[in-house]
Amino acid sequence: MSQQPLATRLRTARFGPRGTTRSRTASGRPPWMERPHWYGQGAKAVALIVLTVIVLYPFVLAVGTSLASREELNANGGYVLLPKHPTLEAYRVILSGGVVTQAAVVSIFITLIGTALSLACTVMIAYGTSRPGTVLGKPILLMVLGTFLFAPGIIPTYLAVQQFKLLDTYASLILPVLLNAFNIVVVRSFFQSIPEELYDAARIDGAGEVTVLFRIVLPLSKAVLAVVGLFYAVGYWNSFFNAVLYLNDSGKFPIQVILRSYVLNGQSINAQAMGVHAIPPATSLQMAVLIIAIVPIFCVYPFLQKFFVKGVLTGAIKG
Amino acid sequence: MADAPVSSVRSPVPQPRDPDDADSPAGKKRAQGRIRQPLRYRLKRDKALLLFCLPGVLYFVLFFYLPLAGNVIAFQDYQPFLGFKQSPFVGLANFTALLAEPEFWSAVSNTLQITAIQLLLYFPAPIALALLLNSLISEKIKRFIQTIVYLPHFLSWVVVVAMFKQVLGGAGSVTTLLMEHGVNIGNVMTDPGTFKLLITAQAIWKDCGWGTIIFLASIASIDMGQYESAAMDGAGWLRRIWHITLPGIRPVILMLLILRLGDILSVGFEQIILQRDAVGKDAAEVMDTYVYYHGVIDGDWGMSTAAGLMKGVIGFALILAANKLAHRFGEQGVYR
Repeated sequence: MSQQPLATRLRTARFGPRGTTRSRTASGRPPWMERPHWYGQGAKAVALIVLTVIVLYPFVLAVGTSLASREELNANGGYVLLPKHPTLEAYRVILSGGVVTQAAVVSIFITLIGTALSLACTVMIAYGTSRPGTVLGKPILLMVLGTFLFAPGIIPTYLAVQQFKLLDTYASLILPVLLNAFNIVVVRSFFQSIPEELYDAARIDGAGEVTVLFRIVLPLSKAVLAVVGLFYAVGYWNSFFNAVLYLNDSGKFPIQVILRSYVLNGQSINAQAMGVHAIPPATSLQMAVLIIAIVPIFCVYPFLQKFFVKGVLTGAIKG
Repeated sequence: MADAPVSSVRSPVPQPRDPDDADSPAGKKRAQGRIRQPLRYRLKRDKALLLFCLPGVLYFVLFFYLPLAGNVIAFQDYQPFLGFKQSPFVGLANFTALLAEPEFWSAVSNTLQITAIQLLLYFPAPIALALLLNSLISEKIKRFIQTIVYLPHFLSWVVVVAMFKQVLGGAGSVTTLLMEHGVNIGNVMTDPGTFKLLITAQAIWKDCGWGTIIFLASIASIDMGQYESAAMDGAGWLRRIWHITLPGIRPVILMLLILRLGDILSVGFEQIILQRDAVGKDAAEVMDTYVYYHGVIDGDWGMSTAAGLMKGVIGFALILAANKLAHRFGEQGVYR
């Protein structure tokens, strides 16, 4: 890589260079930097506003449309940015039983179980390979790192899942993507950064590996575990292709697959599938499904945002 | 590089620990001249740690290395009811059949075109955005923009494509708006002619912001003194970017280019499979979707595995070659 370890570089990225107490003007601009021209500042401001709008516009549009009434949608030609008379009818319909509710429950279930399993196995193998001098530690680590270099390919993986009789089971959405080498490396290098004295002290007091892991290591690793867990959770919630690949029974489909059939493939949302009689306009329903598929991401995003630079990236490069 | 930052954190005074603590530099010294304990003793001593590794090891064996070995069916006339133990070996027949297939070549050509477009348009985007973000003096504004542009990275491709559809689809909001003002852009989402640009635009919308992280980190490591001296010597902001910032992040740019080169034959599988049917396979079939449709859907296991294997091997070879090339030019590359 380059001159400094990335950990230092990232710290510098967040907190500024260490030890340099450079005099800055009130605005934070270094004194040697020329005063900005109004047109330069203006161009920057325009660029940033355009950027923000491009990113946020689809979200606002989806929320607006999902809340709009039929009259308003018709008057506006299909989509509404800011509905004047918002109604939760669309959400009431899709969440009152039926296909979408079922899919949301499946997704929540897969995400919770999957994340718990992934996190547990990640912590275990990361801890098992993090102690220096462990017999077989190096080969196991190499085995993990090897996954960066090759990929088995779609067909052999599919055939393996088939051989293990996992087709059409919920397990096929979890087991084939249980672990991620990057996450293991992140957790492992965090474990290694814990001062060795702590391990020694615990061992002198007679603690076994299990006690050390649960009483010493895990309480110190809350932040990194939160990040890695959130990454796994986002992965499970967003997973779409594995469901298409391994599942036949549409009753087991997670929310992303349902979203695809309703919004992308234009499958009409009929009243029967929803379990109600009179239904809101199709666009509102589609956007409501879309929002349902995004809400969990929005809920965890602030935590991800807070942690990811600090926890994940700094840990990763040291490994 | 692996243990250097860690060992400085550990005890400055080497404590007598496990006799065969050969991993840390200090341990290496101590291990010399000592007799290593017999394997049986060590296995027993590390039993707990090995048990910790067991589920993970099982996972990697069952869902990674076993399927990796399963690539042998690329050399077989694989029949599902015979399994890979009894299916007859056919040598390179799958590969020759594959290379004679026009659809395969169409998939290769689409893949390479998409890669080329993405290298040209998608690759520089995060660098440009990182330069813009870096130029912001106000930390508050910077953080605010970062929070917004990182967000789309965490959405699934289904959501991203659905969002593009509501904005740019045939009845999309922007399409309708433009139509009212007399501009007809048609249905961008189903137009084979512009499909490759469309998926590049989607990739930029989703991951451009996220991609800035590594560049911002790299820019932050550049010594501010260089900028100061350059400014003293009369270099304007453009010259400072050109002569200081860009050369400063060159190793990272090269590293990412090398990694991208290894992925030259994989271009957004989920993203494309979601839109392949709407656009038609002439424009949207890429190597991954070819493998999926010919293998899992049509049951042509041997040939599609051959295609997948070929893709993997070419990617691996390209990484090695690019890394070598980087060394030739005196750069660090990804590994030594």
